[in-house]
Amino acid sequence: MPRVSPKRRLTAGAALVVAALVTTTACGGGDDDNGGGKGAGYNAALNKVANPSKKAGGTLRMVGKQDLDSADPQRAYYGMSWDFMRFYTRQLVSYDTKPGKAGTKLVPDLAESTAKISKDGKTYTYKLRDGVTWEDGSPLTSKDVKYGIERLWATDTITGGPGYIRQTLDPKGEYKGPYKDTSKDKLGLKAIETPDDKTIVFKLPKRNGDFEQFLAMPAGSPVKAAKDTKAKYTSRPFSSGPYKFQSYKPGKKIVLVRNDKWKKDSDPIRPALPDKVDVTISANLEENDKRLMSGDYDVDLNGTGMTQSGRVTAVQKHKANVDNMHTSFVRYVALIHTAKPFDNVHCRKAVFYGTDFAGLQQTRGGKLAAGDIANSTLPKAVPGSSDYDPYGVLERKGKPDIAKAKDELKQCGKPGGFSAKLTARNNNPGEVDTAEALQAQLKKVGINVSVEQLDGADSASITGSPSVVKKRGYSMQMSGWGPDFPTGQGYAQPLFDSRFLVENGNYNESQIKDKKIDAMFDDAIAQTDLNKAAEIYKKIDKRILDQADWMPFLYEKNITWRGERLTNAYMSDAYNGRYDYVSLGVNDKK
Amino acid sequence: MARAPHKGDRATAGPRTVLAYLIRRLIAVIIMVLVVLLATFTVFYMLPKWAGQDIAVLFAGKQAGAEQLEGIRTKLGLDDPLIIQFWDFIKGIPMGRDYANGSDVTHCPAPCFGYSFRTEAPVWETLKDALPVTGALAAGACVLWLGAGVLTGVVSALKRGTVWDRAAMTTALGGVSLPVFFTGMIAMGIFVHNLGWVEIADSLSTDDSVDVWIQTLILPWIVLAFLNAAMYARLTRATMLEVLGEDYIRTARAKGLGEPAVIRRHALRSAMTPILTVFGLDLGVLMGGAVLTESTFNLPGLGLEAVRAISSKDLPVILGVTLCAALAIAVANLVVDLLYAVIDPRVRLG
Repeated sequence: MPRVSPKRRLTAGAALVVAALVTTTACGGGDDDNGGGKGAGYNAALNKVANPSKKAGGTLRMVGKQDLDSADPQRAYYGMSWDFMRFYTRQLVSYDTKPGKAGTKLVPDLAESTAKISKDGKTYTYKLRDGVTWEDGSPLTSKDVKYGIERLWATDTITGGPGYIRQTLDPKGEYKGPYKDTSKDKLGLKAIETPDDKTIVFKLPKRNGDFEQFLAMPAGSPVKAAKDTKAKYTSRPFSSGPYKFQSYKPGKKIVLVRNDKWKKDSDPIRPALPDKVDVTISANLEENDKRLMSGDYDVDLNGTGMTQSGRVTAVQKHKANVDNMHTSFVRYVALIHTAKPFDNVHCRKAVFYGTDFAGLQQTRGGKLAAGDIANSTLPKAVPGSSDYDPYGVLERKGKPDIAKAKDELKQCGKPGGFSAKLTARNNNPGEVDTAEALQAQLKKVGINVSVEQLDGADSASITGSPSVVKKRGYSMQMSGWGPDFPTGQGYAQPLFDSRFLVENGNYNESQIKDKKIDAMFDDAIAQTDLNKAAEIYKKIDKRILDQADWMPFLYEKNITWRGERLTNAYMSDAYNGRYDYVSLGVNDKK
Repeated sequence: MARAPHKGDRATAGPRTVLAYLIRRLIAVIIMVLVVLLATFTVFYMLPKWAGQDIAVLFAGKQAGAEQLEGIRTKLGLDDPLIIQFWDFIKGIPMGRDYANGSDVTHCPAPCFGYSFRTEAPVWETLKDALPVTGALAAGACVLWLGAGVLTGVVSALKRGTVWDRAAMTTALGGVSLPVFFTGMIAMGIFVHNLGWVEIADSLSTDDSVDVWIQTLILPWIVLAFLNAAMYARLTRATMLEVLGEDYIRTARAKGLGEPAVIRRHALRSAMTPILTVFGLDLGVLMGGAVLTESTFNLPGLGLEAVRAISSKDLPVILGVTLCAALAIAVANLVVDLLYAVIDPRVRLG
């Protein structure tokens, strides 16, 4: 029998210790006793309510890598912030607190009913409910709603929020905002009238069938003028909802507690179940997933899905606590018309045929983690999305058609292929890998793509600036896009309408200048009948695809953890990819 | 003719010389920090501008109109020449600063290290919250690593070639090789998630009790100390071995001095000089923010703030953190230089 030297024994001992450590850690992160496996079931929160309950009390514990972009309702633009803000802001109308498609229905919130719209579609009148108050108990009036909305005009101070209401009510930008308003009550915006404390009237210069959608965004929230701290309002917004701020440390922690002046009978939407909402911002995504699975937190604030290691454990061991949600984001590649040879439709079509959509899906994490292969430019939750598939992408299950791609290249006058520069954001998980996968795929048909990595935070001034794009010679841009509100206008207009082609912060990245498309947007927006508008958006989608302007490749999906304590969890199509936060409760008093 | 030094003379620098040295070094520190700041300022504020990018867009967010961007440029003085912008920044530190665009004025009280338009707060507020966390992390970790590292190194040097020496040096090799995010995740997996011995707070602030601070910091201290102690153990061992071979150690032993005294008073004291040099640098870097440790354990210190600021392009905060880091390194080095004189009488100031 060979002798083992002390040196070897030491090495073997050290190896054992390391192996034991790794094994212990791999097993960590929650077991069936306290982490999961006893959840309401896989996808239990899709189109139905998981753990329905009316039980009040306890603390809802959220965690997120990223903080709200702003806690000021007029300055926030992230979907997660809008979802979260329903805890402490109310609007005239808001989204129904129901799962799935039913959640996109607008229902009265501060107002007694949805708008009374004049026959010409240009005047919207609301009456406020009785008993709506601020957190100090003072009554909330129509003037507060007007003042809050007016803040959107103070564009040098109240930055970052959506401009829909401002552009619709005052397209020429005549009003300069309440901080430069010389009238006594600072309510000088002519397009909004408040004949009494209960009534508010909006006068649109031009019809816009989605106007109530704009008012449902937090940008339409009231702000009490005496409590307006201008830019600093984000540090301590004054609540009109069931919760108010106890503390807020940007980038670290948010604690909301019950607003005892809020009256349940004045608010038919919000169940307000937990006593407290506690949000931790933590940069360590892997650790966040572990703590979600071990029950330290209930839900991910950001709703960006679990990390690769987290989702493997979650799906394998605790599938009953997992929802595979559509996020309403479409992953796409914009083909820039001003970059040769993409001015030729056949060269653009060659990219459609040469792309292995299934390969891109695999690169981003497969069907569950990445999502479904896309055919339409519109996400499924936006009316107008259809199964139109001119390039047979779905038929071929995402596989490329090399012969057709080469044929298109011939028609384009580039039978040997061409070169192109593709941008991808290096801080967007998986985007650079996907761009490199596309690079390898297109090489097979002779299109030599070089991938340029960019910081996503710079997108407004680099890929969003046509002159910078031209100077740097970019011809393809990979990114993702989701709707601001679930209609064609809220999703597609910034992408495809030539009037949205601007020098900074441009999202019409393909630089489409098509008068017919612009006219179709005008027609759709003027419709107050949403079904008719959807038909027009369907035509826009068809035209964009026929012209191969913009190549969608995935309808994004996430693997999301649903904490075991959570009650009333469901995904609403209005907040795709996340639970409807304002409905959540917890099943214990902790 | 100068008097030749003779036995018993102590050529220690007088208080005046020390003061002059201190002033000279402080001026050098200020100049160094200003140069670092100017370089950072140029990289973040000027390079994008020279490359044709409009950094006002970073402050404006989505859907920014031309008028809004113009307002931001005026308010932040982004159109001013580099030197004016830099001077405004420096002047703001002792005097405070107003960012104004017409009637829209944002006041940043002294000490104004800039104003973050992402968090709508003066950068100093952010730094003020982050500094105690980084300070506590650095202080605890460096006491641990210096104590453990030097002790292990000394024992290893004295027991050279034994199983103890080999085991200690192998562990040290492990410590140096394993990155903090790896050991950190393992430590949390074992002590937080599996054994439940340690309870980590979601966040740390000066309002929290000492107990919460210790519970939250104990693992980061150990993990960070494990990484650095390893290096100090190896360094101490090597230096000690060298010193133990010197003639004066033999002389000390020959004149009958006890072994503990030989080691403590003669060998270790001499071996401490290079250790102190490295320690000064490490401490300075750590005070500038332990990015990996703070990110792994979600400690709201300067390192985590730097990560957040860089990922959200919060330029004023990036600048503030850089200033702190530069200052910490410069001051730590100065302190180390002063300590040389205490430890090693051969070092002369002046």
